Amino acid sequence: MADIRLEGVGHSYDGGATWALKPMTWTWRSARAYALLGPSGCGKTTLLNIISGLLTPTVGRIWFDDREVTGVPTAGRNIAQVFQFPVLYEEMSVYDNLAFPLRNRKYPKNEVDQRVRQVSRLLGLDDLLRRRSRRLDPGRQQIVSLGRGLVRSQVAAVLLDEPLTVVDPALKWTLRSKLKEIHRDTGHTLIYVTHDQTEALTFADEVVVLNEGEMVQAGEPAELFLSPAHEFVGHFIGSPGMNMLPAEIVGGVVCVGQADVGTAAGQSGDGLPPGPVRIGVRPEFVRVTGARTSPGVAARVTGIDRMGAYDLVHTRVNGHPVIARTAAGSACRPDTVEFLHFPEERTFLFRDEVRCGSLAPLNGRDQA
Amino acid sequence: MSEQTTVAGSQVGGEVVPATPAGGSGAAETRADPKPRNNRAWWLVLPVVVSVAFTAVIPLMTVVNFSVQDVFSPSDRIFVGLEWFRSVTRDPEVRAAFVRTLLFSAQVLLLEIPLGVALAVVMPRRGVWMSVALVLVALPLLIPWNVVGTIWQIFARGDIGLGGWTINNVLGINFNYTLDSTDAWITVLVMDVWHWTPLVALLAYAGLRSIPGPYFQAAQIDGASAWATFRHIQLPRLRGVLTIAILLRFMDSFMIYTEPFVVTGGGPGNATSFLSILLSKIAVGQFDLGPAGAFSLLYFLFVQILCYVFFTVLTRSGR
Repeated sequence: MADIRLEGVGHSYDGGATWALKPMTWTWRSARAYALLGPSGCGKTTLLNIISGLLTPTVGRIWFDDREVTGVPTAGRNIAQVFQFPVLYEEMSVYDNLAFPLRNRKYPKNEVDQRVRQVSRLLGLDDLLRRRSRRLDPGRQQIVSLGRGLVRSQVAAVLLDEPLTVVDPALKWTLRSKLKEIHRDTGHTLIYVTHDQTEALTFADEVVVLNEGEMVQAGEPAELFLSPAHEFVGHFIGSPGMNMLPAEIVGGVVCVGQADVGTAAGQSGDGLPPGPVRIGVRPEFVRVTGARTSPGVAARVTGIDRMGAYDLVHTRVNGHPVIARTAAGSACRPDTVEFLHFPEERTFLFRDEVRCGSLAPLNGRDQA
Repeated sequence: MSEQTTVAGSQVGGEVVPATPAGGSGAAETRADPKPRNNRAWWLVLPVVVSVAFTAVIPLMTVVNFSVQDVFSPSDRIFVGLEWFRSVTRDPEVRAAFVRTLLFSAQVLLLEIPLGVALAVVMPRRGVWMSVALVLVALPLLIPWNVVGTIWQIFARGDIGLGGWTINNVLGINFNYTLDSTDAWITVLVMDVWHWTPLVALLAYAGLRSIPGPYFQAAQIDGASAWATFRHIQLPRLRGVLTIAILLRFMDSFMIYTEPFVVTGGGPGNATSFLSILLSKIAVGQFDLGPAGAFSLLYFLFVQILCYVFFTVLTRSGR
């Protein structure tokens, strides 16, 4: 159990021409459950392989507490890793598969047996222990692979690289809650790679969002949802993602087309320089009214998705799509004009994709 | 498209296959049938049947024909039943050659399979050296059989051959494959290992290359030693290619002819007179067509049966 510290760690597969992982400094705190979230090809697996030592980073140093492990091979790092697709020792039984990492490390026989039985009970593999692993279906095989990752009691971290991709959806939920349970019991540091936001948000204490080799935000699930620091986080988390609407700051006031929607507040409460800006607001917080109550933006309704528990109202503001999530049975009709209101505390301003401030009330300023 | 085929099929099929009802009503019935039957595909097999008949079945039948007759001349022949089969199986010379050939094949497999796998494991996986290694390893496979024989015939000679001279004059061991049975046997065996281990190596190399990277990564994570990685990841995944390698090497070595014929001519004495060499002596040298026919059929049958047994054992044990 250790804090895993990355110090300016970056990796390039082509000798520095492009970064698969841009140099970053970050600490994975001991005993926490992390989700590493990002689209395919954003560098998640590269980052995992660097931590486990399967890959030596092009630049930077890695520390486990105060021991530098940058040059230490995988076997010397005491990391467990589970891959996206089942990797089994096919001619071995399930039991031998689970015992393999322990036997290689010369654990005493009775401890091997005890650990294997514990893990197999947790993952529901008891009935399969004597079966030859290659004869299991892929879902079960993956559970065995998962078990091999969890069988060692003393590991610096358990890295899970989209481990539930091939598992049956019904079983997925059970396994994910099992994993949380195991995490609670063992206190292992878990890093769980996924591109599925639901998986990330339900699993982790802390979610790290990675995009194009760059860590764009890290925080608790609610924080990422309520206060995204980057346009990508807004898009990627939430379904549908955050609305992004081009706007302009003129004299400290944010206007969309002709309509003022509020004043611009910088990150530290000061104003923002004038110029173009993008307004980000989640569909959940957009309020739709039939008449203009200040300060609102006129929008043409283009369609309504009835989702059962709620409706999604699709609109266009000056040609840009904005979605609002309203209570079921919305009275909006296509091709009518409605007014959208952006609550100040949930509306943010972005420049160059990075959050630069938020919306503040107009404070009695005159409306145009 | 499929409907068209079905309709056309039933009409044509009606003429060819009597079981299918002919005419328009037949077409309608075929369409209604949830599983339309169409036997026309058998015609596609016809070219294969014809060519196999000419290349294999008909020649084989002439051998069968000889094996049950005593042929004095083309016009003067007597049917002798299984007489030749009986005499061939009782012939001590044939029996000795059979044991000799079986022993040779066993030694070939025991040497070439492990050696080939070892070679495949140490061959470089990428870069220029991969190509160099592949070409070097594949080189013996490109040499014609009788050239291989000639190479070794000269190479192993004590007077002018590099190998034979080195053994005699540098190592100080008296080595002469034309006089000593053991030396002759070793020469033929080493020649076969040199000639055919590359085949096993290339098959195993291809098998190793097909193992996905995560298997090796998982082995590192699990702290597996190099031996454990080989034993539990590489070897099990070579099962398929090694099955093929064993079958090929068994068949080929059991039927070996050209190389020992060139190097030793079956001698000294009968030391390297394998089944095929003995067979050609009976068939071509003595022109005993009856015994040669019976011999050929038994030889053929034995190779078939042993291959079947190998294949069954190797594929069953994997389940």
